Amino acid sequence: MTIALETRNLEKSFGGLRVTRDLSLRVARGARHALIGPNGAGKTTVINQLTGVLKPNSGRILLEGSDITDLAVHRRVLRGLSRTFQINQLYPELTPLETIGLAVSERMGHGGDWWRRMGTRDDVNAEVAGILSRFHLLDVMTELTSTLPYGKQRLLEIAVAIAARPRVLLLDEPAAGVPESERHDILAAVAALPRDVTVLLIEHDMDLVFSFADRISVLVNGGLLTEGAPDEVARDPQVKAVYLGEAAHA
Amino acid sequence: MTALSDVSTHAKAGARWRVSEVAFWVLTLACAFLFPSRYLIMTDIVRLALFALSLDLILGYAGVVSLGHAAFFGVGAYSAGLLALHGIINEPVIALVVAGLVAAVLGFLTSFLVIRGVDLTRLMVTLGIALLLEALAERFSNITGGTDGLQGIEMQPILGLFAFDMFGKTGLFYSLIVLFILFLLARRVVHSPFGLSLRAIRNNPLRAAAIGMPVNRRLIAIYTLAAFYAGIAGALFTQTTALASLDVFAFERSADLMLVLVIGGTGYLYGGLIGAVVFKMLQELFQSITPQYWLFWIGLVLVVIVLVGRERIHRWVLFVPNLVIRQFAGRKAVVAVPERDAP
Amino acid sequence: MASILTNLFDGVAYGMLLFVLACGLAVTLGLMNFVNLAHGAFAMAGGYICAVLVNNSGWPFFAALPLAFVASAAIGVALERTLYRHLYTRSHLDQVLFSIGLVFMSVAAVDYIMGSSRIFIKLPAALEGQLSLFGVGIGRYRLMIVVICGLLTLALQLILAKTRFGSRLRAAVDDPRAAIGLGINVPQVFAFTFAFGSGLAGLGGALSAEILGLDPYFPLKFMIYFLIVVTVGGSSSITGPFLASLLLGIADVAGKYYVPKMGPFVIYTVMIVILLWRPNGLFGRTAAR
Repeated sequence: MTIALETRNLEKSFGGLRVTRDLSLRVARGARHALIGPNGAGKTTVINQLTGVLKPNSGRILLEGSDITDLAVHRRVLRGLSRTFQINQLYPELTPLETIGLAVSERMGHGGDWWRRMGTRDDVNAEVAGILSRFHLLDVMTELTSTLPYGKQRLLEIAVAIAARPRVLLLDEPAAGVPESERHDILAAVAALPRDVTVLLIEHDMDLVFSFADRISVLVNGGLLTEGAPDEVARDPQVKAVYLGEAAHA
Repeated sequence: MTALSDVSTHAKAGARWRVSEVAFWVLTLACAFLFPSRYLIMTDIVRLALFALSLDLILGYAGVVSLGHAAFFGVGAYSAGLLALHGIINEPVIALVVAGLVAAVLGFLTSFLVIRGVDLTRLMVTLGIALLLEALAERFSNITGGTDGLQGIEMQPILGLFAFDMFGKTGLFYSLIVLFILFLLARRVVHSPFGLSLRAIRNNPLRAAAIGMPVNRRLIAIYTLAAFYAGIAGALFTQTTALASLDVFAFERSADLMLVLVIGGTGYLYGGLIGAVVFKMLQELFQSITPQYWLFWIGLVLVVIVLVGRERIHRWVLFVPNLVIRQFAGRKAVVAVPERDAP
Repeated sequence: MASILTNLFDGVAYGMLLFVLACGLAVTLGLMNFVNLAHGAFAMAGGYICAVLVNNSGWPFFAALPLAFVASAAIGVALERTLYRHLYTRSHLDQVLFSIGLVFMSVAAVDYIMGSSRIFIKLPAALEGQLSLFGVGIGRYRLMIVVICGLLTLALQLILAKTRFGSRLRAAVDDPRAAIGLGINVPQVFAFTFAFGSGLAGLGGALSAEILGLDPYFPLKFMIYFLIVVTVGGSSSITGPFLASLLLGIADVAGKYYVPKMGPFVIYTVMIVILLWRPNGLFGRTAAR
């Protein structure tokens, strides 16, 4: 088994609060791996450390065997680690065409071209057209992102992450807030990812997790509670206790 | 394949020249020929327009606020002044470029201070740098001439052919050509992937980094370019007026510049140009009423603009030009509507 | 040695004065996140009101001081209610433009009404001259400033930490929505805070006529100083701005005395370095937006 993404003894504290405790995760290449845990378990903090938004206090992060712990956010993306955000992070005043165009240009290393007009590279255009049509965004490609319906914005959020052609994709609650009717498009888009792309899914929705993941890690209080195949995790009494406990609180 | 041709057509659409733009430049050139008695004020407007264009590059496109853009204007002005005064470079065009480059170097060095931090830190640091330069210029008054400024600057003919005349005709056309060339460059830059990436950064720096964009490097690049533009504007000031004194660094200059841009609108290249025209006209008007208390009226205009809302003001400012353009061009297309401020 | 101590004392007095002038800004900018570059205009208003009362109407200096406070606070609350409150939610750029506009208007208006030259406030004889403490020459006026400003600082600290108003203000700043849910009248708290800060600035302005000099350009000249106090001091408590004020005061007096040629160069450099080193201020913890 080749490891696509790995953390070794990751530690992160805010003030006196340990939000990530000695976390060692291994995500196999091509896996559909889910990271679950109750509210406040520290899932988003883990993602932020993986992507470089936050610096861990100690521990290492490895992408396909090479240490990326000290790399800047954009360098990790260029190495093939891309993400979506739980809350859409888009460019309200740009169109989907421009958004995807930029992402593709950056990946191809043409994002800094200042002498060339936008849209004059056929290889970029072809890829942009492919992505827009795959995510059903062609019909709205010249509208401002801020005016798009939420479902379309959510699709765009995932499309941008994919435009970076990730080898490892982090999906932070991709279906959060999407109405039932538009969910299908998103799930289909996620399911249609090439098999060699590794996916780490952070999700709250258990139906989605169990229909999608082939491996599940459970995070509680910043540490790893257990890890295994979906049916093992579902049977695990510890996991049940954690989730029942949360249900009782709610 | 229709999808691909659609995509490439629409992707290129932003950079296409509009009738209204051509009309704008034709009108500008016409003014230069029609009002020979107003060369000096028109030169003033052109310089201000270039300076405003420079601020728009960082504020309107990249979303970097600055309270000290006069720093680069001042460095450009003094560089051009000192080059001419000491006869280091006599040819104005070369001196202009060199002055711009000096400002660009300063812009590059200070960009590292500016890209860090939030709006507030940026405001403070940019203001601090301008004040610092002003203090330096005052301290080394043996070089800068202190409050009296550089005395006895004599400009040589441009390219050895066109001498500056006392009516300011050469000065105006020289400034206009410089503005137009730099405008074309800016236009190319903002419609490039690099320019688009700046707007992306202004919209959402988090996402910009998450698609693999080196955010800091882009900001450093545009800040340096904007400093170059501001330096050129300052150098034009010195070359066309044969003056350079401490007030090139003044806070009021940076604040006026904000007003120019706010009047014209940020985030589209014509904002600074239109703003400069309106600003100078306002200045003429108010100075004819109360010459001494012009500051009061600037202040009032700023307050009113913010209270009414900048977007609404832009629409009003653009109303008349757009009406005219519509008459001539007979189509809906008008001077671009500026973007909102990122929240 | 004695001259060093005298300078140190002058620096402390200067710093405390800066604190009283700027602490209103520490609240509006630091806590309410509103960039009010026009803060100095309130100080100038207080100074001029005090000057007119003392010089023209023959009021005693100590009676005119409280009135400078009250009048500036009244101007503050009037502007807050009519203009400022519309801008709390706007971008920093809008706030900057708006408050620069106010500064310009105030400068030109005062210039028009009072003339452009520096004005002085007639001081009671008891405040003039120096007295000697253990051989150290101490200006009476500066001693008074240290006393007044020291007491004000203590009072402020107590108000913020111990009173109901203090806790309401902190709640309103931390999370306005939650505070409204708790039944706190947030706009009222903000208005009151703004007025109080303006009043303190006005009092500071009246006190500073003698030391900093008062002319129509006061708000522009000292804008950077107020901003330095707040940004360097941070906004998590008033101790930060207080220490920053003292540092700035002492550094400025010492700089002018020992390296007069460097001008304000040192202070700007120090400010930029500190902001780069700790973007949230030397003593600040809260993350700015």
